[in-house]
Amino acid sequence: MSVLAVAEHRRGEVRDVSYELVTAGRRLADGLGGELNLLVVGGDVDGFAEDLNRDGVDTVYTVDDGEEFNHGIHAAAIERLHADLEPTALVAPNSVDGLDYAPAVAQRLDVPLVTDVIDFEVDGGGIEVTREQYGGKVETTYQVDADQYAVTVRPAEWPQAEDRGDAAVEPIDVDVGGESGTTVNGFEEVGGGDVDITEADVLVSIGRGIEEAENLPLVEELADTLGATLSSSRPIVDNEWLPKNRQVGQSGKVVTPDVYIAIGISGAVQHVAGMKGADTIVAINTDPNAPIYDIADYGIVDDLFDVVPALIEEFGGDPPEV
Amino acid sequence: MKVLVTVKEVAEVDDEFQISGLDVDDGSLEYDLNEWDDYAVEEAVQLSEADDDVEVVTVTIGPERAEETIRMALAKGADRAVRVWDDNLADAGFLDVDTKAALLAAVAEAEAPDIVFSGVQAGDDANGATGVALAERLGFEWAAVVNDFELDRDADVASVRRELEGGVEELTDVELPAVFTIQTGINEPRYASLRGIRQAQRKELEVRTIDDVGLDESVLESPVDRTDMYEPASEGDATYWEGSPEETAGELAAFLRDEGVVSS
Ligand SMILES: Cc1cc2nc3c(=O)[nH]c(=O)nc-3n(C[C@H](O)[C@H](O)[C@H](O)COP(=O)(O)OP(=O)(O)OC[C@H]3O[C@@H](n4cnc5c(N)ncnc54)[C@H](O)[C@@H]3O)c2cc1C
Ligand SMILES: Nc1ncnc2c1ncn2[C@@H]1O[C@H](COP(=O)(O)O)[C@@H](O)[C@H]1O
Repeated sequence: MSVLAVAEHRRGEVRDVSYELVTAGRRLADGLGGELNLLVVGGDVDGFAEDLNRDGVDTVYTVDDGEEFNHGIHAAAIERLHADLEPTALVAPNSVDGLDYAPAVAQRLDVPLVTDVIDFEVDGGGIEVTREQYGGKVETTYQVDADQYAVTVRPAEWPQAEDRGDAAVEPIDVDVGGESGTTVNGFEEVGGGDVDITEADVLVSIGRGIEEAENLPLVEELADTLGATLSSSRPIVDNEWLPKNRQVGQSGKVVTPDVYIAIGISGAVQHVAGMKGADTIVAINTDPNAPIYDIADYGIVDDLFDVVPALIEEFGGDPPEV
Repeated sequence: MKVLVTVKEVAEVDDEFQISGLDVDDGSLEYDLNEWDDYAVEEAVQLSEADDDVEVVTVTIGPERAEETIRMALAKGADRAVRVWDDNLADAGFLDVDTKAALLAAVAEAEAPDIVFSGVQAGDDANGATGVALAERLGFEWAAVVNDFELDRDADVASVRRELEGGVEELTDVELPAVFTIQTGINEPRYASLRGIRQAQRKELEVRTIDDVGLDESVLESPVDRTDMYEPASEGDATYWEGSPEETAGELAAFLRDEGVVSS
């Protein structure tokens, strides 16, 4: 009744989500009354195994093949170790790389998969997992009735395991079976430029609630009035209304301003990942059930097209007609 | 060359909503083409505009209501559509990733596409898993979370960018046939033109049952069952400013002055 959790690293560093997996994986292993084993594939596996040797881990298995993530090698390594260990639960992070291998591996192993899990309860022969749906407005539970299953866990949902452990480290050889049809050629950083939203003390951040590019001057004026920097959620950048360097969130920037004013932003998990560290969060949103209110310190449940002009006027400014 | 696009009709929940049983009450839902699939359709249509011999086929698992969404994809330039549905699917309620991947794979096997575009995630279910599961079922290569796609038809290779966390992109070559899960922002999805909407009425939209795609009801058997749906207890302890916009803006202004954010 053991757990096999797959750690993640990138460009020479173990990613934080791996230490969260240790916490979640240990809890699951305790529920099952079994061991927590980790797998790390590629890169400086010995160094990574050292880093991953945290309290609660029984064994770290390493596969020294390749430098960076490649889903072919990952899948082959997991398949091999899964056959040896026969774990009840396979645990992977619900990260971008997790999305790239977990569904394929679950298919290959013929185990059911539930993704982006925020909670779980081991019961009887299976597991009950909790996840979010409809943009975080509802939670659902799923009962998985199987002897073996796979879950991906939501990043930043469990604390990182910090204490040193006394795990065994075991290198294993995996035959990847010929050439992979996917070749990773490198990385590129995007979203540079003159504005660095991570440096701002105050961010006025705009989301899809602004509706049209023509309405942006309204929030630009607000940012000017407050001496704040303008940032945004993803759809604004996808539409090219603002450049990539303004995007807050999982695939954009992580910001920690003193004040973050989220205007017309629902608070999707990938957005929240980038701004939950702000000291004070103010949300302006017409939807009282928007998940942004779960993390906001102050809220105004009203139309931004009424509130923002009024706010500009409060400071003696002149709101543009939009 | 054939491009298959998986297209889901997603449900969006109204600001005020009710849950009945294991799902949000249908009266509180509005339906639309999944945002990620909109970008996937656009990527496919652009390929067909670049080369005359490219056929774009969409596939949807969904009830008759979904045809509105499917027509929208056809109006944007897809050539024809397949919709998988029957009474058994209607009765099944919740469909897990594995079931959907099996049904989509059965259609894909018959269509034999060179490229499958799917969305990174469905806005409502947010499994983020169907495309990659489909690839594995088909024995295709794949890449997840793609925000740039360049096709080399002579080499049968696509050079893509996978959008990772924190503004880092991975540059990857993928041999065809392959499934790509498309990320928003990869292109600029077009609006359907009036002409497109008219043409879409004449395009083929074929409905296939589980039986038609060569599977049987056992595809609906799943070890994963939805057991509950509820509104999460708010974790928040937000202070709400209430009143007219002038009043709430006044409160916010006072707060910003107190914090020393604005001096005036
Ligand atoms: C792999 C991956 C990575 C992602 N990375 C990011 C990321 O880095 N950053 C990011 O932001 N997203 C990211 N996303 C997208 C994310 O899932 C959401 O789609 C996105 O954050 C939604 O943006 P939004 O809140 O502006 O829009 P919506 O979710 O559409 O919300 C708009 C909000 O505006 C409100 N509103 C509408 N009209 C008004 C009005 N007149 N006045 C006031 N309020 C109004 C609505 O009630 C609603 O809550 C990512 C998704 C994936 C799958
Ligand atoms: N019912 C469906 N019909 C067609 N395609 C689907 C369906 N459900 C999911 N997909 C495809 O799979 C992608 C990811 O969905 P999901 O894994 O559910 O988040 C979507 O963007 C669609 O392209």
